[in-house]
Amino acid sequence: MASETQAPTSSCVDAGGSAIGMPQLCGDWMGNQIFWLVVTLLVMFFILSKIALPRIASVLAERQGRITNDIAAAEELGKKAQEAEAAYEKALAEAKAEAGRIVAEAKAEMKAEMDVEIAKADAEIAAQAAESEKKIAEIREGALEAVKEVAMDTAQDIVTAMGGKADAKSVTAAVNERMKG
Amino acid sequence: MASETHSEGGSGLEFHPMDQFIVKPLFGDGPVGMFTVTNVTLWMAASVLAVVLLLIVGTSGRAIVPSRSQSVAELAYGFVYKMIEDVTGKDGLKYFPYIMTLFMFVLFSNVLGLIPTAFTTTSHIAVTAVLAVGVFLSVTILGLVKNGAAFLGLFWVSSAPLALRPVLAVIELISYFVRPVSHSIRLAGNMMAGHAVLKVFAGFAASALIAPFAIGAITAMYALELLVACVQAYVFTILTCVYLKDALHPSH
Repeated sequence: MASETQAPTSSCVDAGGSAIGMPQLCGDWMGNQIFWLVVTLLVMFFILSKIALPRIASVLAERQGRITNDIAAAEELGKKAQEAEAAYEKALAEAKAEAGRIVAEAKAEMKAEMDVEIAKADAEIAAQAAESEKKIAEIREGALEAVKEVAMDTAQDIVTAMGGKADAKSVTAAVNERMKG
Repeated sequence: MASETHSEGGSGLEFHPMDQFIVKPLFGDGPVGMFTVTNVTLWMAASVLAVVLLLIVGTSGRAIVPSRSQSVAELAYGFVYKMIEDVTGKDGLKYFPYIMTLFMFVLFSNVLGLIPTAFTTTSHIAVTAVLAVGVFLSVTILGLVKNGAAFLGLFWVSSAPLALRPVLAVIELISYFVRPVSHSIRLAGNMMAGHAVLKVFAGFAASALIAPFAIGAITAMYALELLVACVQAYVFTILTCVYLKDALHPSH
């Protein structure tokens, strides 16, 4: 090694700068290591207990608190939403019932009106039908008379044309006879 | 060690897998005294800087909806917090800042040590032993202060047959005092072994013939070491929680 001329500074290092045996067992260095270890541990303990750990603990506590609060708020909102839904359902049911009632009322009213109208129309129709029947009967009566007269005249004319003597009485009787049949 | 035998041969391959663990002064070449500013100082300061960047600069927004760095900081916070709560119980949360300090220090020391040419402070038994002994002493004293003589119930297995209890007490006592040893050597050993293996593969990369294999091996080892770095930080912390639980609730 480079430092061959230099005398070893420790009984645990040979002239070439290499370790003699295990450096872990070298008594010359232990005091130094123990001193710096104690210093390091004290500094680290101070840093951790005074600054780092309280800070992390407060952050974790704050987060836990925030989470708890948020969950509580969410539960509150959920309850409100459920209440709103229930109110909505109730209003809907009420509105449906109201609508049903109005429809039934309107139906009943309309039915009553229609019944009255129908009855009126029926009565009118019946009256007109009766009148028409009377007229038809009159017309039929008139028609029968006319047919009788025409038949008698025609029969007298036919008899005369055939060269026979038309006897008004017998023609009437014959026509009456035929008309009945 | 290996360096002596190989450097004498003068071949192209030189292995100094342990040199990366040498403690050097940052300024000058003098001896390493107790208060010398060394590479240990540099990399421990780097871990402090990383903690500041992540946990303070990263969370400076204090946002309700976190930014990326704030998310990571909150993740680290929640990870350790949850670990203490699960393992130790609610009454262990008082000690959260201490355990968080341990976790952050070990995690960042391990991960920063993986930067090429970095010095891994947690690969030194002196460092991990101080951590482990600190945990051991504070947990033991805490247990004695909180529970008094009842703390000794930890060693008296009341669910075992009476004849077996003294034997078990001896075993429990030994296992209790071995805790800091295993606690510290587990972390330092894992870190040291991984870095030494990386260095050995790096030494092989000097030979053109096996360089592709060596570089592939370094890549794979690096990924594994990244995992080990995080897992060892986790293991160190959860063991601390387990020991704390024993101190707070000594009954079996």
